[in-house]
Amino acid sequence: MSMLNVFNIAGSALSAQSMRLNAVASNLANADSVAGPDGQPYRAKQVVFAAKPVEGGGLGVRVTGVVEDLAPPRIVYDPKNPAANEQGFVTMPNVNVVEEMVNMISASRAYQSNVEVMNTARTLMQKTLALGQ
Amino acid sequence: MINQVQDVLGFHQRALSLRAYRQEVLAANIANADTPHYKARDIDFKASLQGALGGGGGQVSLLRTSERHLPAAGNATGGAKLMYRTESQSSVDGNTVDMDVERAAFAENAIQYEASITFINGMLRTLQSAMQER
Repeated sequence: MSMLNVFNIAGSALSAQSMRLNAVASNLANADSVAGPDGQPYRAKQVVFAAKPVEGGGLGVRVTGVVEDLAPPRIVYDPKNPAANEQGFVTMPNVNVVEEMVNMISASRAYQSNVEVMNTARTLMQKTLALGQ
Repeated sequence: MINQVQDVLGFHQRALSLRAYRQEVLAANIANADTPHYKARDIDFKASLQGALGGGGGQVSLLRTSERHLPAAGNATGGAKLMYRTESQSSVDGNTVDMDVERAAFAENAIQYEASITFINGMLRTLQSAMQER
Protein backbone atom coordinates (compact mmCIF):
# COMPACT_ATOMS: atom_id res chain seq x y z
CA MET A 1 0.00 0.00 0.00
CA SER A 2 2.23 2.82 -1.15
CA MET A 3 -0.61 5.36 -0.95
CA LEU A 4 -0.77 4.98 2.84
CA ASN A 5 2.94 5.77 2.95
CA VAL A 6 2.20 9.21 1.55
CA PHE A 7 0.43 9.97 4.83
CA ASN A 8 3.45 8.85 6.85
CA ILE A 9 5.83 10.93 4.73
CA ALA A 10 3.71 14.08 4.67
CA GLY A 11 2.93 13.62 8.37
CA SER A 12 6.61 13.53 9.30
CA ALA A 13 7.10 16.73 7.29
CA LEU A 14 4.16 18.37 9.09
CA SER A 15 5.61 17.65 12.54
CA ALA A 16 9.10 18.75 11.45
CA GLN A 17 7.82 22.03 10.03
CA SER A 18 5.72 22.70 13.13
CA MET A 19 8.82 22.21 15.28
CA ARG A 20 10.54 24.78 13.09
CA LEU A 21 7.59 27.15 13.61
CA ASN A 22 7.93 26.55 17.37
CA ALA A 23 11.60 27.54 17.23
CA VAL A 24 10.73 30.66 15.24
CA ALA A 25 8.03 31.62 17.77
CA SER A 26 10.48 31.15 20.65
CA ASN A 27 13.15 33.24 18.90
CA LEU A 28 10.78 36.06 18.01
CA ALA A 29 9.27 36.14 21.50
CA ASN A 30 12.74 36.36 23.05
CA ALA A 31 14.23 38.79 20.54
CA ASP A 32 14.77 41.31 23.36
CA SER A 33 15.25 39.02 26.38
CA VAL A 34 18.37 40.38 28.06
CA ALA A 35 18.55 37.41 30.43
CA GLY A 36 17.41 33.84 29.97
CA PRO A 37 16.87 31.22 32.71
CA ASP A 38 20.65 30.86 33.12
CA GLY A 39 21.20 34.60 33.50
CA GLN A 40 22.86 34.80 30.08
CA PRO A 41 21.26 36.59 27.10
CA TYR A 42 18.90 34.37 25.07
CA ARG A 43 20.49 32.64 22.05
CA ALA A 44 18.48 31.93 18.91
CA LYS A 45 17.49 28.27 18.39
CA GLN A 46 17.53 26.62 14.96
CA VAL A 47 16.20 23.17 14.02
CA VAL A 48 18.20 20.76 11.84
CA PHE A 49 16.32 18.61 9.30
CA ALA A 50 17.46 15.24 7.97
CA ALA A 51 15.81 12.72 5.65
CA LYS A 52 14.53 9.65 7.50
CA PRO A 53 13.20 6.40 6.01
CA VAL A 54 9.62 5.79 7.17
CA GLU A 55 8.22 2.31 7.77
CA GLY A 56 7.10 0.75 4.51
CA GLY A 57 9.62 2.62 2.39
CA GLY A 58 9.97 6.21 1.30
CA LEU A 59 11.83 9.09 2.88
CA GLY A 60 10.25 11.34 5.47
CA VAL A 61 11.78 14.17 7.48
CA ARG A 62 13.09 14.16 11.02
CA VAL A 63 14.40 16.91 13.25
CA THR A 64 17.84 15.66 14.28
CA GLY A 65 18.38 18.38 16.80
CA VAL A 66 17.85 21.93 17.94
CA VAL A 67 21.10 23.90 17.81
CA GLU A 68 21.94 27.33 19.15
CA ASP A 69 22.68 30.01 16.60
CA LEU A 70 26.43 30.78 16.55
CA ALA A 71 25.96 34.39 15.47
CA PRO A 72 27.60 36.94 17.83
CA PRO A 73 25.25 38.67 20.27
CA ARG A 74 23.96 42.13 19.53
CA ILE A 75 25.78 44.83 21.61
CA VAL A 76 23.70 47.90 22.40
CA TYR A 77 24.87 51.07 24.15
CA ASP A 78 22.36 51.76 26.92
CA PRO A 79 23.96 52.99 30.18
CA LYS A 80 20.57 53.28 31.95
CA ASN A 81 19.94 49.53 31.59
CA PRO A 82 20.59 47.57 34.81
CA ALA A 83 22.27 44.84 32.72
CA ALA A 84 24.79 47.26 31.22
CA ASN A 85 28.52 46.70 31.87
CA GLU A 86 30.99 49.36 33.10
CA GLN A 87 31.27 50.88 29.62
CA GLY A 88 27.47 51.10 29.31
CA PHE A 89 27.04 48.28 26.75
CA VAL A 90 24.24 45.70 27.02
CA THR A 91 24.56 42.22 25.46
CA MET A 92 21.29 41.47 23.63
CA PRO A 93 20.14 38.14 22.09
CA ASN A 94 21.57 37.18 18.67
CA VAL A 95 18.06 36.82 17.16
CA ASN A 96 17.86 38.20 13.63
CA VAL A 97 14.21 39.20 13.33
CA VAL A 98 14.27 39.44 9.52
CA GLU A 99 15.74 35.95 9.22
CA GLU A 100 13.14 34.57 11.62
CA MET A 101 10.28 36.10 9.62
CA VAL A 102 11.64 34.51 6.43
CA ASN A 103 11.95 31.20 8.30
CA MET A 104 8.35 31.51 9.45
CA ILE A 105 7.01 32.13 5.94
CA SER A 106 9.06 29.25 4.52
CA ALA A 107 7.85 26.87 7.25
CA SER A 108 4.23 27.88 6.78
CA ARG A 109 4.42 27.40 2.98
CA ALA A 110 6.05 24.00 3.40
CA TYR A 111 3.35 23.03 5.91
CA GLN A 112 0.62 24.04 3.45
CA SER A 113 2.23 22.07 0.62
CA ASN A 114 2.33 18.93 2.73
CA VAL A 115 -1.29 19.34 3.81
CA GLU A 116 -2.19 19.55 0.14
CA VAL A 117 -0.20 16.38 -0.55
CA MET A 118 -2.21 14.59 2.16
CA ASN A 119 -5.50 15.88 0.78
CA THR A 120 -4.64 14.68 -2.74
CA ALA A 121 -3.64 11.25 -1.44
CA ARG A 122 -6.91 11.03 0.51
CA THR A 123 -8.97 11.90 -2.59
CA LEU A 124 -7.13 9.29 -4.65
CA MET A 125 -7.66 6.61 -2.01
CA GLN A 126 -11.35 7.42 -1.79
CA LYS A 127 -11.66 7.08 -5.57
CA THR A 128 -9.86 3.76 -5.39
CA LEU A 129 -12.22 2.53 -2.68
CA ALA A 130 -15.19 3.52 -4.82
CA LEU A 131 -13.97 1.40 -7.77
CA GLY A 132 -16.78 -0.47 -9.48
CA GLN A 133 -19.59 1.27 -7.61
CA MET B 1 -13.75 -12.43 -23.01
CA ILE B 2 -12.80 -13.07 -19.39
CA ASN B 3 -9.20 -13.50 -20.53
CA GLN B 4 -9.31 -10.06 -22.12
CA VAL B 5 -10.74 -8.64 -18.91
CA GLN B 6 -7.84 -10.06 -16.99
CA ASP B 7 -5.36 -8.65 -19.50
CA VAL B 8 -6.81 -5.14 -19.42
CA LEU B 9 -7.38 -5.15 -15.66
CA GLY B 10 -3.86 -6.44 -15.08
CA PHE B 11 -2.46 -3.62 -17.18
CA HIS B 12 -4.43 -1.01 -15.26
CA GLN B 13 -3.54 -2.62 -11.96
CA ARG B 14 0.18 -2.33 -12.72
CA ALA B 15 -0.27 1.22 -13.97
CA LEU B 16 -2.15 2.13 -10.78
CA SER B 17 0.45 0.65 -8.45
CA LEU B 18 3.23 2.42 -10.34
CA ARG B 19 1.30 5.71 -10.13
CA ALA B 20 0.81 5.18 -6.39
CA TYR B 21 4.53 4.50 -6.01
CA ARG B 22 5.40 7.66 -7.97
CA GLN B 23 2.99 9.61 -5.77
CA GLU B 24 4.94 8.37 -2.74
CA VAL B 25 8.29 9.37 -4.26
CA LEU B 26 7.00 12.85 -5.11
CA ALA B 27 5.51 13.23 -1.64
CA ALA B 28 8.95 12.43 -0.19
CA ASN B 29 10.47 15.14 -2.39
CA ILE B 30 7.93 17.71 -1.21
CA ALA B 31 8.37 16.65 2.42
CA ASN B 32 12.15 17.09 2.15
CA ALA B 33 12.03 20.47 0.44
CA ASP B 34 14.00 22.02 3.33
CA THR B 35 16.33 19.14 4.19
CA PRO B 36 20.00 19.97 3.51
CA HIS B 37 21.76 17.69 0.99
CA TYR B 38 18.51 15.93 0.01
CA LYS B 39 18.43 14.98 -3.69
CA ALA B 40 15.05 14.97 -5.44
CA ARG B 41 14.14 11.66 -7.09
CA ASP B 42 11.59 10.41 -9.59
CA ILE B 43 10.87 7.36 -11.74
CA ASP B 44 10.58 7.09 -15.52
CA PHE B 45 6.95 6.00 -15.67
CA LYS B 46 6.99 4.71 -19.26
CA ALA B 47 10.11 2.58 -18.80
CA SER B 48 8.87 1.30 -15.43
CA LEU B 49 5.48 0.27 -16.83
CA GLN B 50 7.14 -1.48 -19.76
CA GLY B 51 9.41 -3.26 -17.32
CA ALA B 52 6.46 -4.26 -15.13
CA LEU B 53 4.53 -5.57 -18.14
CA GLY B 54 7.41 -7.87 -19.00
CA GLY B 55 8.59 -5.96 -22.03
CA GLY B 56 12.12 -5.70 -20.74
CA GLY B 57 12.75 -9.20 -19.40
CA GLY B 58 10.09 -9.02 -16.73
CA GLN B 59 10.23 -12.74 -15.88
CA VAL B 60 12.74 -13.75 -13.26
CA SER B 61 13.41 -17.24 -12.00
CA LEU B 62 15.13 -18.61 -8.92
CA LEU B 63 18.74 -19.68 -9.20
CA ARG B 64 18.94 -23.44 -8.66
CA THR B 65 22.17 -24.98 -7.41
CA SER B 66 20.81 -28.52 -7.29
CA GLU B 67 18.57 -30.49 -9.60
CA ARG B 68 16.24 -31.31 -6.72
CA HIS B 69 15.47 -27.66 -5.93
CA LEU B 70 11.98 -26.54 -6.81
CA PRO B 71 11.88 -24.17 -9.78
CA ALA B 72 9.94 -20.94 -9.38
CA ALA B 73 9.38 -17.96 -11.59
CA GLY B 74 7.67 -14.65 -11.10
CA ASN B 75 7.18 -11.24 -12.56
CA ALA B 76 9.83 -8.69 -11.79
CA THR B 77 7.79 -5.87 -10.30
CA GLY B 78 10.81 -3.93 -9.13
CA GLY B 79 11.07 -2.36 -12.56
CA ALA B 80 10.64 1.12 -11.11
CA LYS B 81 14.15 2.52 -11.00
CA LEU B 82 14.60 5.62 -8.86
CA MET B 83 16.59 8.33 -10.61
CA TYR B 84 17.88 11.66 -9.41
CA ARG B 85 16.38 14.78 -10.88
CA THR B 86 18.61 17.18 -12.85
CA GLU B 87 18.47 20.47 -11.00
CA SER B 88 17.78 23.69 -12.83
CA GLN B 89 18.79 26.09 -10.07
CA SER B 90 21.28 24.93 -7.49
CA SER B 91 20.90 25.91 -3.85
CA VAL B 92 23.59 26.53 -1.26
CA ASP B 93 22.58 23.68 1.07
CA GLY B 94 22.88 20.97 -1.62
CA ASN B 95 19.13 20.38 -1.81
CA THR B 96 17.83 19.75 -5.35
CA VAL B 97 14.08 19.94 -4.70
CA ASP B 98 12.39 22.48 -6.98
CA MET B 99 8.99 23.01 -5.39
CA ASP B 100 7.32 24.12 -8.66
CA VAL B 101 8.51 21.04 -10.54
CA GLU B 102 7.50 18.71 -7.72
CA ARG B 103 4.06 20.24 -7.24
CA ALA B 104 3.36 20.11 -10.97
CA ALA B 105 4.51 16.49 -11.20
CA PHE B 106 2.44 15.60 -8.12
CA ALA B 107 -0.73 17.15 -9.58
CA GLU B 108 -0.11 15.53 -12.97
CA ASN B 109 0.43 12.13 -11.38
CA ALA B 110 -2.78 12.47 -9.36
CA ILE B 111 -4.75 13.23 -12.56
CA GLN B 112 -3.21 10.23 -14.31
CA TYR B 113 -4.12 8.04 -11.35
CA GLU B 114 -7.72 9.23 -11.57
CA ALA B 115 -7.68 8.59 -15.31
CA SER B 116 -6.65 4.98 -14.73
CA ILE B 117 -9.47 4.62 -12.21
CA THR B 118 -11.93 6.08 -14.71
CA PHE B 119 -10.81 3.53 -17.31
CA ILE B 120 -11.30 0.65 -14.87
CA ASN B 121 -14.71 1.97 -13.82
CA GLY B 122 -15.81 2.30 -17.45
CA MET B 123 -14.75 -1.23 -18.20
CA LEU B 124 -16.51 -2.63 -15.17
CA ARG B 125 -19.67 -0.74 -16.11
CA THR B 126 -19.54 -2.11 -19.67
CA LEU B 127 -19.18 -5.63 -18.32
CA GLN B 128 -22.02 -5.15 -15.89
CA SER B 129 -24.41 -3.95 -18.55
CA ALA B 130 -23.39 -6.85 -20.78
CA MET B 131 -24.18 -9.31 -17.99
CA GLN B 132 -27.51 -7.80 -16.99
CA GLU B 133 -30.65 -9.40 -18.37
CA ARG B 134 -33.16 -7.03 -19.82
